[in-house]
Amino acid sequence: MTLLRLLGRFLRPHGRPIALIVLFQLIQSVASLYLPTLNADIIDQGVAKGDTAYVLSTGLVMLGITVLQVAASITAVYFGAKVAMALGRDLRGAIFHRVSAFSEREVSAFGAPSLITRSTNDVQQVQMLALMTFTLLVSAPILAVGGVILALQQDLELSWIIAVSVPVLLIALSLIIVRMVPQFRRMQTRIDTVNRVLREQLTGIRVVRAFVREGVETERFAEANAAVTDSALRAGRLMALMFPTVMLILNVSSVAVIWFGAFRIDSGSMQVGTLIAFLSYLVQILMAVMMATFMAMMIPRASVCADRITEVLETETSVTPPAHPVHRLEQHGVVELRGASFSYPGAEQPVLRDLDITVQSGQTLAIIGSTGAGKTTFVNLLPRLFDATAGSVLVDGVDVRELDPDLLWSRIGLVPQKPYLFSGTVASNLRYGKPDATDEELWHALEVAQAADFVRSMDGGLDAEIAQGGTTVSGGQRQRLAIARALVKRPEIYVFDDSFSALDLTTDARLRRALRADVKGATMIIVAQRVSTIVDADVIVVLEDGAIVGRGTHDELLATSETYAEIVASQLSAEEAA
Amino acid sequence: MSGPGAARGPVRRGGPGGGPFGGAQLPAEKSMTFGPSALRLLRRLAPHRLPVLAVVLLGAISVVFTVVGPWLLGQGTNLIFAGAIGQTLPAGSTKEEVVEGLRASGQSAQADLISGIDLVPGQHIDFNALAVVLGTVLVLYVLASVFSWVQGRLLNTVVQRTTFTLREEVEAKINRLPLSYFDRMPRGELLSRVTNDMDNVAQSLQQTLSQLLTSLLTVVGILVMMFITSPLLAVISLVTIPLTVVITALIAKRSQKLFVTQWRATGELNAQVEENFTGHALVKVFGRQRETEAAFGAKNEELYRASFGAQFVSGIIMPAMMFVGNLVYVVIAVVGGLQVASGALSIGAVQAFIQYSRQFTQPLTQLGSMVNLLQSGVASAERVFELLDAEEQTPDATPAETPPADGPGRLRFEGVSFRYVADRPLIDDLSLTAEPGQTVAIVGPTGAGKSTLVNLIMRFYELDAGRITLDGVDIARMTRHDLRSRTGMVLQDTWLFGGTIRDNIAYGRPDATEEEILAAARATYVDRFVHSLPDGYDTVLDDEASNVSAGEKQLLTIARAFLAEPSVLILDEATSSVDTRTEQLVQKAMSALRADRTSFVIAHRLSTIRDADLILVMESGSIVEQGSHAELLAADGAYAALYAAQFADAAPEDTAEADLR
Repeated sequence: MTLLRLLGRFLRPHGRPIALIVLFQLIQSVASLYLPTLNADIIDQGVAKGDTAYVLSTGLVMLGITVLQVAASITAVYFGAKVAMALGRDLRGAIFHRVSAFSEREVSAFGAPSLITRSTNDVQQVQMLALMTFTLLVSAPILAVGGVILALQQDLELSWIIAVSVPVLLIALSLIIVRMVPQFRRMQTRIDTVNRVLREQLTGIRVVRAFVREGVETERFAEANAAVTDSALRAGRLMALMFPTVMLILNVSSVAVIWFGAFRIDSGSMQVGTLIAFLSYLVQILMAVMMATFMAMMIPRASVCADRITEVLETETSVTPPAHPVHRLEQHGVVELRGASFSYPGAEQPVLRDLDITVQSGQTLAIIGSTGAGKTTFVNLLPRLFDATAGSVLVDGVDVRELDPDLLWSRIGLVPQKPYLFSGTVASNLRYGKPDATDEELWHALEVAQAADFVRSMDGGLDAEIAQGGTTVSGGQRQRLAIARALVKRPEIYVFDDSFSALDLTTDARLRRALRADVKGATMIIVAQRVSTIVDADVIVVLEDGAIVGRGTHDELLATSETYAEIVASQLSAEEAA
Repeated sequence: MSGPGAARGPVRRGGPGGGPFGGAQLPAEKSMTFGPSALRLLRRLAPHRLPVLAVVLLGAISVVFTVVGPWLLGQGTNLIFAGAIGQTLPAGSTKEEVVEGLRASGQSAQADLISGIDLVPGQHIDFNALAVVLGTVLVLYVLASVFSWVQGRLLNTVVQRTTFTLREEVEAKINRLPLSYFDRMPRGELLSRVTNDMDNVAQSLQQTLSQLLTSLLTVVGILVMMFITSPLLAVISLVTIPLTVVITALIAKRSQKLFVTQWRATGELNAQVEENFTGHALVKVFGRQRETEAAFGAKNEELYRASFGAQFVSGIIMPAMMFVGNLVYVVIAVVGGLQVASGALSIGAVQAFIQYSRQFTQPLTQLGSMVNLLQSGVASAERVFELLDAEEQTPDATPAETPPADGPGRLRFEGVSFRYVADRPLIDDLSLTAEPGQTVAIVGPTGAGKSTLVNLIMRFYELDAGRITLDGVDIARMTRHDLRSRTGMVLQDTWLFGGTIRDNIAYGRPDATEEEILAAARATYVDRFVHSLPDGYDTVLDDEASNVSAGEKQLLTIARAFLAEPSVLILDEATSSVDTRTEQLVQKAMSALRADRTSFVIAHRLSTIRDADLILVMESGSIVEQGSHAELLAADGAYAALYAAQFADAAPEDTAEADLR
């Protein structure tokens, strides 16, 4: 079972505190088992014989044991909470660490939202199960077994009542729980549906409103809501059966003990105090059994969560760091692809096929091609966000798979298609790739990226707040900040993945002019839609369905590549293209 | 702690993670007001008055039965005790004689004991009487169980219906909130409220309500029985209540602070995880893995410390209550023993009392252990209520006006002013007219208010001054439904919902036929790439829609608007990620679509702008120029400057491009 394996693996370092938990729960349970015996003594030896001194002294002993019990159980809770919460912390840490190593392939296979849920909510479930186990469940078997032993000690003849009532309780509870678990499981998936519908509505609120779909969405939600309510009602009905059933079995057993005990007392083979003690033990045994079964209900859910966590932890990144990384590079700014291909596992068509490209130091490589041609996948190969599934990618003469990742990443400045910003300030975002950059460096990068003006006008300038994802600045501003961020890093190879699309014409033009002057000597790889962006690239590669269908300079391509000519024609006059 | 819900502790996602976001301020965090929020949550049960009343009644009855049970069992024990002692005494003598005899022989304690018992010397246990007593108890117990079962079912229904309604209200509320609310509120935070907090409220209601009720009733019932059985012992037990309250309050006060820290840390950690997983590629390429892991580790450690503290401190409540319970138990045993010895109480009464004191402290312990669940539930309820209390968009005008159904689609801005933030005017006194069938291109630098302008047409925001009319009718006088069903919009940020490609295209017109969908897909070049997908139109788009490229997503959103056939079309950089050849083809389709409707286009591509009937040049919220491409170039104003600036930089083709006119 995955849950056990997961717990085993992550609880191993906590062996000592766990042993302490068991020890203190044992003390606690034994103490609480001992109390009814003392009570029986008080009744038999003290009350029945009118010996008040005995009542008092035994009472004091009882109090002492109570203090011991409380101390033991608080200690157990202390270690229990500590270990359980540490388990949660370690699981979260392990997942985070593992995801950090993932390539984009694994991240998109799981989906970021799912990874987030797994590293928080799912961990939560497992952690709570551990907590409950340490604070309550551990003592259940001790109480049950101890209760049985002590009850037998009190009176063997009556023990058949235990032998009957415990199985009856177990069977009754199992019958209910067996029906409940699937309901809970269904309820969980239905809650997920409700949450998913809400998530979609919130993220797409403008589209929902623009298309006047509030009614339909409300209906969709109502359906999901009704479904989850239905499951909850069913599960709740079974749950409502549980407590009365337990109480009934418990009470009927008590009555049976008194009735049959009466005969034993009448025949002189049992004392009244013994009867009362026996009764207490029976209640204790049944309560322990009930507790254990209730806890058992948590397990199905936690094990679903454990499966999901394990799935993340056992997924190997497709981009493994090299065993013997290369730490020194002789060349600077050279990028080479040798027969590089990429395909998703299970996909029929490769996204990229057999690419051979060489970019020399200081050159500009442009990639142009239709939507879905594989341009973004291509640029992601360089920083190893994906690894080529065939062929190889070389940076500065070394296969990226053999390069020290830090060295590789320090050479590349990426401006992604989606210009994601982190929460913090303008400055903290700009310093993302170079934490020790001075304000002058930041302003310089902003000037080049044509972002200085609007940053200056923001409240706080460089210290202006940026919300998560950069939602508080416009799309164009976000793109320019993302460009500035890459500029601050001063890498040897710049990668712009369609990074100018949200810019207006003027800004785009100014930016490119400033950029050209600023990054002299650096290698640039530019993915673009606008021909005007790439006309003076040293090499332009035309991608079509993942393959290179043309390469050369603008003028060469106009003459040799029909596809390129088409692209140009779609943007420029036929006259100019000629 | 019953049920699987116990698994979900108070540690939840989300939590206040707000802060100032450049001008957009979150509503100030209110301090926790436990009482009023808890009451408000309870008041939500009001529509289910009858079942709630039945629940209380049934609960009371079943508690009475459970409480009378031990008393009757005590009677049974008395009978046994009487028989057990009675049979040791010489038959034929009366109880008085036996007591006299014992006194005479100096065994006064024994005499006191026996005089307190209703026995006949020489007689064995009266099994007939015992059978009657135990039979009655059995019947009572069975009835108590049946009642408590019916009560549980009813309560379950009430709680589930209440949760259902609350969810429904949240959903309805989302549709009534102005868009500015969603701009202000970080998405993760809002999502957390409508999902995590909502779940938490539901679970807390379900888990605490039934126990709360039963526990309270049981405490009262047992207290009554205690007073009937022995006022002295009852008073001793009564001490438990203030003791319990004080201990719980002392601990809960500390644990609550820790819980708040824990929730805050959880929220912050969550934000970190969300941020780093979403920006995963950047974290790698910018070599920030070590820093993010360190930051995560620190926050994770903080969360660990807070949650350990919270769980430990709140975990003390149970043992503490157990201690109080045991303390009372011992005191009762001692005092009761003394009383029995002095003959003031029967042994059965003491035994019943001991059972009562157990049953008395158990619900108190339960109440104590529910405190943290309750704290968590009410805190979540408060966050949900905050959402429900948020200011709504102005309701639709009644009676609403409506332009003729086949209206030409003339849009007019009359002195429109608008600002997102009070002290920063964005659009100021803007007037323009878009004639029916015209294509209006909006150009201007980023931040000039282009997107805002089209958002105002959709009435996503309310004007600060002026009015916008559609075919002569003020759009503020129209219902939003009416206005928006006449308007089609394709946004820069593509949004597709989790469903098939077919469903996504038919989003704006769920009743569209298969032919219409395919026609729209062909016209917008969606058909081309859909064919290369293994499942074609049945391809299910996933959460992030990572199975289609950015450009393909844009094409899908265009197909969606295409199919909806609106009379006013708004395109906000609709084709920025689409390659230019495809765009050109799409443009052709779009121009066919635009032919008989008014369109607003925000675009940066010259080709798109050039063909427009009217070009609006915007700068800092106002229109500085308007006219056709040719007119504006001739005017040699802002547009000409913009145009020249672009092509002065854009290398060789600019002059030829300019000649194109």
